Amino acid sequence: MKTMLNVALPKGRLGEKVYNMFEKAGFDCPSIKENNRKLIFENEECAVRYFWVKPSDVAIYVERGAADIGVAGKDILLEYTPDVYELLDLKTGICRMAVAAKKDFRDNLQRPLKVATKFTNIAKNYYTSVGRDIDIIHLNGSIEIAPILNLSDVIVDIVETGTTLKENNLEVFETIVPISARLICNKSSFKFKNEPIEKLLKSLASQVAQEK
Amino acid sequence: MQINNTLLQNGEKAVFALRALYNSYGYAQYKMSKFEEYDFYAKNKDFLISENIITFTDIGGKLLALKPDVTLSIVKNANLSENEVKKVYYNENVYRVKRGDNSFKEIMQTGLECIGSIDNFLIAEVLELALKSLAAISEGFILEVSDQSIVLRVLDLLEVSDNTKTTLIKLISEKNADEINGILTAQNKCSKACEVLNALVKSYGEPKQVLENLKNLSDDAVLNDLIDNLADVLSSLPSDKIRLDFSEINDVNYYNGIVFKGFINGIPTSVLSGGRYDPLIKKMGAEFSAIGFAVYLDLLSELSKEPEKFDIDAVVLYDENCDYTALNEQLNALRQTGISVSALKIIPKRLKYKKLYKLSGKEVELIEDNA
Repeated sequence: MKTMLNVALPKGRLGEKVYNMFEKAGFDCPSIKENNRKLIFENEECAVRYFWVKPSDVAIYVERGAADIGVAGKDILLEYTPDVYELLDLKTGICRMAVAAKKDFRDNLQRPLKVATKFTNIAKNYYTSVGRDIDIIHLNGSIEIAPILNLSDVIVDIVETGTTLKENNLEVFETIVPISARLICNKSSFKFKNEPIEKLLKSLASQVAQEK
Repeated sequence: MQINNTLLQNGEKAVFALRALYNSYGYAQYKMSKFEEYDFYAKNKDFLISENIITFTDIGGKLLALKPDVTLSIVKNANLSENEVKKVYYNENVYRVKRGDNSFKEIMQTGLECIGSIDNFLIAEVLELALKSLAAISEGFILEVSDQSIVLRVLDLLEVSDNTKTTLIKLISEKNADEINGILTAQNKCSKACEVLNALVKSYGEPKQVLENLKNLSDDAVLNDLIDNLADVLSSLPSDKIRLDFSEINDVNYYNGIVFKGFINGIPTSVLSGGRYDPLIKKMGAEFSAIGFAVYLDLLSELSKEPEKFDIDAVVLYDENCDYTALNEQLNALRQTGISVSALKIIPKRLKYKKLYKLSGKEVELIEDNA
């Protein structure tokens, strides 16, 4: 029996796009395109097994070795700092981590800045680097309403097109870091499944270069 | 007493094998107390894998710590005279917080240290012991080796600020070639050193081939000497299980030169970690070299993922009115065939047994066979 390459893909549009890249690299698995609710798909011929997981969980599957490789946003990698290799910037799923606030926002330096975010660590690291004292408010969703309801002064969140912000009368004040999807790899798997991983990496890298 | 090998856990088996191995290379066992003064660890906090230490106050009011590490104590008590070499191994429990976990764990650790006047022969010997330690645990293993002095030399050649250096070191450890190139391009760096750095990040493979590639790229005499030296150390070792991987970087404030990690197929993280730590010794005020490694035995439990099919080989059912002498004789007779036997009045709900017997009169009668 061949050893299977286990791939964790983020559920959703990004995952589907990335799967197409994997398919072009010779790791196809036709059953994945059938419209059903299955989460695991495998193609023994190509020795590959894909599974759909929640985007923020991909890094955990890879770090713990349940998946050999996976695709995760840089935001997740910065927030959870998993102990994995970051082999390639896939230059897709591009957005940015930014500080946004109400249009008339002015920073009151007399008191700590109230920051609402899903990305607590990214926010903390950013404000430490600029030397600003903050009061962090962890939220799990609908971050945009925090400044509107005066729960926070600013938010730290992912901005793609900025439409959501605009519709809620918010605007970007600072870009913290650009975000894109990354190919990540378990450190042990990289050694024991080096051949298929290098093959995949090579093909994906040339696909990314062509897209440019 | 004969020890039944099948009953031992992977970690326990490894302890026996590793002790015998280290003994045969003339390493002496180092035993230490469970506690040390907290101050001692606080001074060398950065060397420890986790900063959290379990502390308590001794009767006399002194603050003590449950040892989070063995290497520091060995180095402290080394007391070496010139040109002397001390070789010790240990098998101790350490107490620390594991990465990504918020509670203390007791971790069984075996390892060795070779300290004093270290030369390439002794470094190769330690690497050989690392290879043999891994082989004693499982056939599918790889020892990943790097030389930090090579990485640091390349970074020096780039002539970047210390901040950038720190960032680059982190990115190298992630094999993050894209972001490294991003930084170098942004700083208008496009020297030969950039090419070497790129090759360094992407190189992974058998030592000879990787080192040849690097040497073909490099035009720096110091770097070439470092490459030759690494080739010299590795020349006597079997290359099929060694992979050069420069992404392997330990804290540069404590480690210099060769660093290495051991991986076992089926375990997602490294089970062996070591390297040369001259800077640590310097920080502790002494003037000698040292190299060593530790094996994390707690991780070996990951190797036996298949649970046993049966909890016990045989169950003998009895009731209170039976003849206890006869029962005992029958149980011992069964045990003498080398199987595990339990006498029970009722069978627990989820107990999986191979055979079920019942005592009737003075004999046992087989009533169920699942084997």
